Amino acid sequence: MSIFSKIITALRGGASEVGESIVDANSTRIFAQEIRDAENHLTKAKHDLTGIMAKQMQAEREVSRVKHSVTEHEGYATQALNQGNEALALEVAEKIAALEVELNEQVQANESYSNSAQRLKELVKTTERQLADYQRQLSMVKTTESVQKATAAITSNFGNSNSKLLNAKESLERIKAKQQNFDDRLRAGDALEAEGSEQSFIDKLDQAGIGEQQASASSVLDRLKAKQG
Amino acid sequence: MNIHTIANYLNELADNSHTGLTFDCLPIAGEVDVLQVTIENREELPIFVSVTEDQILCIAYLWGEDEVKQETRSEMLEAMIEMNIPMPLSAFSKIDNKYVIFGAQSVNSSLADVEHELSVLSDNSLEVIAEMSDYLI
Repeated sequence: MSIFSKIITALRGGASEVGESIVDANSTRIFAQEIRDAENHLTKAKHDLTGIMAKQMQAEREVSRVKHSVTEHEGYATQALNQGNEALALEVAEKIAALEVELNEQVQANESYSNSAQRLKELVKTTERQLADYQRQLSMVKTTESVQKATAAITSNFGNSNSKLLNAKESLERIKAKQQNFDDRLRAGDALEAEGSEQSFIDKLDQAGIGEQQASASSVLDRLKAKQG
Repeated sequence: MNIHTIANYLNELADNSHTGLTFDCLPIAGEVDVLQVTIENREELPIFVSVTEDQILCIAYLWGEDEVKQETRSEMLEAMIEMNIPMPLSAFSKIDNKYVIFGAQSVNSSLADVEHELSVLSDNSLEVIAEMSDYLI
């Protein structure tokens, strides 16, 4: 069974009670071990691949060297025949035959290295995919477990603090009321500030002697004196 | 990144937050460390943060199965699934018998990213409850 379906089965089956684990600790450890094994395989396969590819390159160089040598000796043999030196031509021909055996061996080695390299490349890809899959699955198990443990901690915290959990609508209404209260206070503050600035404007006019002036004792006295006069 | 670095960052943020929200953090001890993050004026809907090997999980509890009007339950579930993609950064889930909204981030996220995540998650949770209230008792 895949981890995904194990988690679903466990969750639906109510395995979420405190202390009950989705996947037992042992299988988590086995998983972690499988990941480490896969990582080791990957490192080894990559290392082997580098070695094989180096050998393949050497074999390729050897093949072209021997091919070149065969062509060269064919030239020598032709020249010897042209000179009528059959014995020398035969000697060169023997050399060519030996070179061709060597060429054949090198071509075969090259093919075998090339096949190995191909196989190793596929192995690396498969292992990388497998590793990514293991890591994803382990992450799912760990996250599920950690959420369960976190939930247990949260639940027991609520239990300890005796705080009654409100229902969603009540919570929203309370938050909205607080927001309204905050907005009202903000508006009241704005209004107060506006009034304040109006007052300071009037004060300024007053000081400049502009606008409605309040009757002062001296101005009343001046008026009375003027009447008498 | 662990819950204490997040707590220190959010607590020291005070009035310098990028989100206009004031956070208060309370670590909850347990087998897995959990940080209870409350937002000023939104104390009723705390967000719970836990940090694992590869991700930071932020979860807010929405409502319990017992608050769901059973006759329109499947309609509600469909609405939630449909809302999952348009809703920025958060997704729905269910833990035991409680519906939750959550966001998961890489542990390599910056603290400012975590702050942003919490702010969006909180806004989303308020909006979701308001939108879904017809389906709730």
